Amino acid sequence: MSSSTLANHGAHGAAVHHEDDHHHDVDGTTQLGFWIYLMSDCIIFATLFATYAVLAGATDGGPTGRELFELGFVFIETMFLLASSGTCGLAMLASDRGDADKVSFWLKITFVLGACFIAMEVYEFQHLIHEGASPQRSAFLSAFFTLVGTHGLHVTAGLVWMGVLMFQIKRFGVGGFMTRRLATFSMFWHFLDVVWICVFTLVYLKGAM
Amino acid sequence: MFGKLTLNSVPWHEPIIMVVFAGIVIGGLAVLSLITWFGKWRYLWDEWLTSVDHKRIGVMYVILAFIMLLRGFSDAIMMRGQQAIAANDAAGYLPPHHYDQVFTAHGVIMIFFMAMPFAIGLMNIVMPLQIGARDVAFPFVNSLSFWLTAGGAILINISLVVGEFAKTGWLAYPPLSELGYSPDVGVDYYIWALQLSGIGTTLSGVNLITTIMKMRARGMNMMRVPVFTWTTLVANVLIVASFPILTATLVLLTLDRYLGFHFFTVDGGGNPMMYINLIWAWGHPEVYILILPAFGIFSEVISTFSGKPLFGYKSMVYATVCIGVLSFLVWVHHFFTMGAGADVNAVFGITTMIISIPTGVKIFNWLFTMYRGKVRLTPPVLWTIGFMITFTIGGMTGVLLAVPGADFQLHNSLFLIAHFHNVIIGGVLFGYLAGFAYWFPKVFGFKLNERWGKASFFCWIVGFYMAFMPLYVLGFMGMTRRINHYDNPDWQPWLIFAACGAVVIAAGIACQLIQLVVSIRDRKALADTTGDPWDGRTLEWSVSSPPPFYNFAEEPEVTELDAYWDTKQRNRKGPAKPYGPIHMPKSTGAGFVLAMLGLVVGFALVWHIWWLAIAGFAITVVGIITHTFSTDRDYDVPAEEVARIEALTAPRPMMEA
Amino acid sequence: MIAKTLRRLFLLSLLPLLAACRFPVLDPKGQVGIEERNLIVTATLLMLIVVIPVIVMTLLFAWRYRDREGHSGYLPNWSHSGKIEFVVWAVPCVIIAILAVITWNSSHDLDPYKPLDHAEEPVNIQVVSLDWKWLFIYPEEGIATVNEIVVPANRPVNFSISSSALMNSFWIPELGGQIYAMAGMETKLHLIADHEGVYDGLSANYSGHGFSDMQFKMRAVTDQAYDAWIDTVHAGHNTLNGDSYQDLARPSTNVEPMFYAQVQPGLFDDIVRNKYMVLGHHVEPRS
Repeated sequence: MSSSTLANHGAHGAAVHHEDDHHHDVDGTTQLGFWIYLMSDCIIFATLFATYAVLAGATDGGPTGRELFELGFVFIETMFLLASSGTCGLAMLASDRGDADKVSFWLKITFVLGACFIAMEVYEFQHLIHEGASPQRSAFLSAFFTLVGTHGLHVTAGLVWMGVLMFQIKRFGVGGFMTRRLATFSMFWHFLDVVWICVFTLVYLKGAM
Repeated sequence: MFGKLTLNSVPWHEPIIMVVFAGIVIGGLAVLSLITWFGKWRYLWDEWLTSVDHKRIGVMYVILAFIMLLRGFSDAIMMRGQQAIAANDAAGYLPPHHYDQVFTAHGVIMIFFMAMPFAIGLMNIVMPLQIGARDVAFPFVNSLSFWLTAGGAILINISLVVGEFAKTGWLAYPPLSELGYSPDVGVDYYIWALQLSGIGTTLSGVNLITTIMKMRARGMNMMRVPVFTWTTLVANVLIVASFPILTATLVLLTLDRYLGFHFFTVDGGGNPMMYINLIWAWGHPEVYILILPAFGIFSEVISTFSGKPLFGYKSMVYATVCIGVLSFLVWVHHFFTMGAGADVNAVFGITTMIISIPTGVKIFNWLFTMYRGKVRLTPPVLWTIGFMITFTIGGMTGVLLAVPGADFQLHNSLFLIAHFHNVIIGGVLFGYLAGFAYWFPKVFGFKLNERWGKASFFCWIVGFYMAFMPLYVLGFMGMTRRINHYDNPDWQPWLIFAACGAVVIAAGIACQLIQLVVSIRDRKALADTTGDPWDGRTLEWSVSSPPPFYNFAEEPEVTELDAYWDTKQRNRKGPAKPYGPIHMPKSTGAGFVLAMLGLVVGFALVWHIWWLAIAGFAITVVGIITHTFSTDRDYDVPAEEVARIEALTAPRPMMEA
Repeated sequence: MIAKTLRRLFLLSLLPLLAACRFPVLDPKGQVGIEERNLIVTATLLMLIVVIPVIVMTLLFAWRYRDREGHSGYLPNWSHSGKIEFVVWAVPCVIIAILAVITWNSSHDLDPYKPLDHAEEPVNIQVVSLDWKWLFIYPEEGIATVNEIVVPANRPVNFSISSSALMNSFWIPELGGQIYAMAGMETKLHLIADHEGVYDGLSANYSGHGFSDMQFKMRAVTDQAYDAWIDTVHAGHNTLNGDSYQDLARPSTNVEPMFYAQVQPGLFDDIVRNKYMVLGHHVEPRS
């Protein structure tokens, strides 16, 4: 305030770009930061799971999970997402080798698998609502739609992210900060896979039993 | 076109609000014209709004906290005034419709927009300096966090004149906060203001944890980390672990209100008790998020001004971590009266009491830091002593409330109100004000006037006891909280006395403001040329006041707990090395713009202006994506520039590099 | 400190006033309240064992070791003592251990769900918090009242408590602790009035616009007076059934006591089962 030494030179400093030579370990810092963010997201899901557990029996005379869930359908949906995690892993291996084409290829596959998952989920939701099992029907259905839908929104955000990454690979290649971005994306995608496994067991399997 | 928003949404007929509105407009215009007159728009934008410097962001947080303190305090004095006069047949001057908004706004503003920004501001300013870092881990995210918090604060203040605020109490318990019983926009303002600032807080938690874990100076292992940084770390872990619960819970309430879901409704199988559990699973850690940094500040202050290392540093660290863990195991004590059964109540009562053990240990550690020290009774030390006495009383009443059998008689009475103000004013606020006075010279390069500081302290502490001790008594007399008027004549003298206490506190706040003005006027005489005005012990005192924007010309190396004290004791003079270039992040307006878009979306959602909400959200997403394409985010400060800036500051003991 | 001295002076000056005031929580008129009061006093005294020394030591150390001319005894590097650390961990641990035992036992003894151990036959009262008044149903007598209850002194009262919609807390400070009233739920509270008298009852949990006036009087009377009162209520002609309940449940404030000579059997259970749920948009009487 009173001294010139506090003046920020950010806006008019020399515009030299060195993404990767910070004095500290940028990759490690970004990954730790993103991991902590994922833990906070994990707590959002934990809250929704707890809510679902409390309300699972509160059907208010409406349909129960047993009447609604079609395990076969959800199993195929699950397979799409699990497979997409595998192809995402392959994209990361390609990224480690610095093979931009392969990264793009496997990301495209991952995208398609993820999109199939979302399409099936949208179909399932639309089908349930059509049958009168809308989230407004009972607390159980509110909790079900919110938990599964929040996961679905995350996957959708992941698809958008993937689209941006595919575009950026064309522009920036796969080295340097792009490796970092791909790595954080893959953490996100695997995280969603783990969450879905919990959804599948705790919501669908348990509900259908 | 404008959803539920019409010209009638503004309460034209309420004189109090209109006067405040006029005041805001005139004051706002005055500030804007002053900025224009002095041609400071460019400066404001370049140096503040777009700044990613942790010190600047910290200062903005603290300014926000002070403004919100004034707003929250106005609410407080209105409530005290209402209760002082609304006895027997008198209705007072605030009808329930207005009064209920006032106490809700008071709680929300003081916790979310006064205490939280104050804490995060001090952490932002001090923590990177204490660990020898040049900035936080994610400077852009830091700027975004601040502006999201500011956006939330702006939204809640818009509710003052456009529409209304929630009339539900600060935690908006359903079913009262459900659409059927609160059909107006108040609860929606509550939801979106908290969501905006809550996201900012969570991001800030991620950022500060990463900074502490990854960017400490060489040699600074976890047992050499200053206590304030330790408490910052634990508080931020609590933020990351608890704020998502708040976010999720508010989303569920939103779905109930906007889309007719049945989470917390009384029909459709909903369960309002679940909201109360969830909100306190966040709410209890929240109070430790507030108090732990204050504990850190007291530790730094008492050690510096006693001229001694903190007594029992390790105890202090373990106690802090214990408190952090335990804070998640006590939430049920907020509703023993829900009828959960004797076993559940007893277990949560006992876990609550266990927290008082590490807390008690801390108090003793501060005591024995003073023991055989040379205690300089400066304002920060006065706040600390005031805290130790006041907080001990507040802790005692807190343990009392943790005994379920006692709580049945004290819950929701003014005894409870007295208790938590006892710990939040006497603990949290006194702590932040101590930290404000302690680190002020570091940030601005001159000390605060001590006489006005002491005057402020004495007004605050006298005012506090006058305002809140009567509330303990009123609790024993069976007076409950949130009452608009009453017909028990016994209560009135105590309430009048409490209102007088609030006036004394107002004098304390006035002294604080006068202190600022006087100190700025006398800044030459109060200047700190050494960078170390208090004979400090930690790294922030090893750089000039104010520190250069890159903090440390050379990265320090640490071999002891009180790193800078150690350096001074050994009288090390660092070799005059040639400086190297320093890598720094560039300023960016992205955080400011994104947060303001968030504010627009929030406002649109409050009033159901769907097109605006959708457009705002779409622009935000596009903006974020565009931001990821910008790779021009940092730059090097050339070595000559570093040398030039360093030459401007006085020579002082150097940290060995 | 100055603040403390002021506080003492203030309390002294208020002594005459204090004598006139009623302190329901500290001077209760029922067995439950008395036990809760004793618990408050015991716990406070136990904690004062630590609290008083801490306050005295704080003032003493700050004064004794203040920086001044002729300051002595400064040990700039002293920051550790195993003995002191042991004591500062041990003393709070011991006190909290004692308090924990007290808490465990008292939580079970004073569990609001536990019927009182008393020779006399208890009176059953069903309580419903409405917006913003209290409905009391006497199931055995088949009568109901609004904002007033009469009970025989020296006989336990078993309350079953629910709510039409919003959450309230049922509290009669002079008799003992409170419990929440929640829609779709039934909570229980067991109290007794040891003496005849009129006691204030209220909602301790904020429930919106009319909350401040959500009060009732409880009159504890002799057995004979109680029976006579029942007869008087029976002699009235108001009936409480589903329809009149729904009328009553509409939001209203500052309601004078009302009496129903007849109550539809099972009404309380229907209310708990949300049969007559009030989901209405509240239209607040604006003042």
